[in-house]
Amino acid sequence: MMNLIEAMHLVKLYTMGEETVHALDGVSFSVARGGYCAIVGPSGSGKSTLMNILGGLDTPTAGRLVIDGADISELDDEGLAAFRNRTLGFVFQSFNLLPRMTAVENVELPMIYAGVDPKERRQRAEEQLVRVGLGERLTHRPTQLSGGQQQRVAIARALAGKPALLLADEPTGALDTHTGKEILALFDELNAEGVTIVIVTHDHEVAAATKRTIEMRDGRIVADHMNERRSRHDANV
Amino acid sequence: MMRTSDLVASAARALRSNPMRSALTALGVIIGVASVVAMVSLGAGAQAQVERSIASLGSNLLIVVPGAPRGQGGVRGQAGGGGGWDSLTMADAEAIATQVDGVLVVAPSQRSRAQVIANGLNWNPEIQGVTPAYLTARDWEIESGRFFDETEERQARRVVVLGATVVEQLFPNVDPIGETLRINGGAFEVIGVLASKGQTGFQDQDDIVLAPLTTVKRRISGRNRRADTVSQISVKAVSESVLTQVEEDVNTLLRQRHRTRDGEDDFTVQNLSSITKTAQQTTQVFTYLLGGISAVSLLVGGIGIMNIMLVSVTERTREIGLRKALGARQADILHQFGLEAVALSVAGGIIGLLLGVLGAWLMTSLFNLPLVISPTNAILAIVFSGLVGVLFGAYPAWRAAKLDPIEALRRE
Repeated sequence: MMNLIEAMHLVKLYTMGEETVHALDGVSFSVARGGYCAIVGPSGSGKSTLMNILGGLDTPTAGRLVIDGADISELDDEGLAAFRNRTLGFVFQSFNLLPRMTAVENVELPMIYAGVDPKERRQRAEEQLVRVGLGERLTHRPTQLSGGQQQRVAIARALAGKPALLLADEPTGALDTHTGKEILALFDELNAEGVTIVIVTHDHEVAAATKRTIEMRDGRIVADHMNERRSRHDANV
Repeated sequence: MMRTSDLVASAARALRSNPMRSALTALGVIIGVASVVAMVSLGAGAQAQVERSIASLGSNLLIVVPGAPRGQGGVRGQAGGGGGWDSLTMADAEAIATQVDGVLVVAPSQRSRAQVIANGLNWNPEIQGVTPAYLTARDWEIESGRFFDETEERQARRVVVLGATVVEQLFPNVDPIGETLRINGGAFEVIGVLASKGQTGFQDQDDIVLAPLTTVKRRISGRNRRADTVSQISVKAVSESVLTQVEEDVNTLLRQRHRTRDGEDDFTVQNLSSITKTAQQTTQVFTYLLGGISAVSLLVGGIGIMNIMLVSVTERTREIGLRKALGARQADILHQFGLEAVALSVAGGIIGLLLGVLGAWLMTSLFNLPLVISPTNAILAIVFSGLVGVLFGAYPAWRAAKLDPIEALRRE
């Protein structure tokens, strides 16, 4: 079976005045379906740029990126929007929930843009909230939820469109250690259920909770290794 | 592809989330539309009033009066051709009746003013000495009693027919038919009452006493005048289509009879339909002017919408970034913000229309004008406010749609 992500020699150039910055300088890697990996590196390493490109928010200057069989580097704006909507689930550091909407309405949001029927939408949103352990908090607003709960809503929202890939940008960055571990445990569970997950982080402890770590520096991949996995029980502690 | 119902729901949610701001933004359009609607209907009311009062003078009517036309021979009545107030005669009227084609009736009349006394009350109405044809020429109706006939006219009988205002003043609680009143000391019998025509805007048409022409000449007006002069000849054409031809023929005929040339006339033929047209044009300009001034306020309302939508886009940059990350296309964002602007302006348009109608009603009742609200104008007001929303919402919505999601998500 083909890999979910095939990145071939991705280059991203930014022009800053006279100077040209290689944010990505020939990045190639692949992630199998059902994979669970972390992309780590200090700020300026190019990991955010890579994440934006993987997420269809940005396009590479050169190179080829195939996700779920589709060549992302070829898509126009509308194609990228459809890609983000159907193939991708985003999880952000700061949750990015809409404050005036209830948990279930927030989870419904991506399905609105997919044109899903309102009844089905509501049902799927509720299923996902139950899946992340928030079955009792469907009609709470973000301000009535703790940080961990808000991130769970965001994860449910990312999962609602049945994406091929869950893309998380510092998902534990705004959470305390304990809550962060709970979120990582949830990722473990989701991965065990078959969801492919890519986490972008600068935190090596978070990276160590995944199956594989891709390390970046100065726009290149400098290391790519499988992690010695702690048991799920340990991660829960 | 986003569902329309979701688009509407999302716009409604956004507008509800800041009700005070939405209301104030819509207020700009409300005031704009309300003033356009009120001003245009006020103008239309004034126009209808002018038309109605001119029409009440009589239809297909030419009025011939002595004196040169204004703007040609200088001051009317002192024209180069000579001829003052006495230039029109009974013979002129007869000549028009017999020699001009397309004439329905010709009614010479002599105007006078005198004190009228009855029941110890006195009043100073306009007194017109007329022939029975006057009734037809001027579209008067008899409310009660009867009008005098040819015989009574010829015999200069002392009979009068009263306008509604005169009845009100002199016979407040009495049926005037058969009563007697005194004009210049002479006694006259009231034989009829005219149906009310109302104000012309310039004068009260019902403040009138009609008496036989010969009676007025012999018994009321000064006897020093030439016996056969008249102060006015009303010529009613058989139809509107021949009116202009009749006007020309009357001019030609009177010039022959008076031995004058065009430009030196000692008489003036007034064509009421051309006066109506002029008045219509004047009030139309007046309406456009009022509407135009009000449209400026609608424009200001539109700028208010643009301003608030730009603020809203800036405030919701992060939300826009998120929506894009979740799969909103540029078109979805464009529609969402565009719809918010259109919803604001159309809601403002509907409320403004209602307030405008109310304002028009208040003003027309204040100025005693007819209330004219055309459905076309009402629909136009709504459509126009919708256009204002599209026009002024387009730029902010376009800005929102074009936002870079990466930048937008980074914004605090």
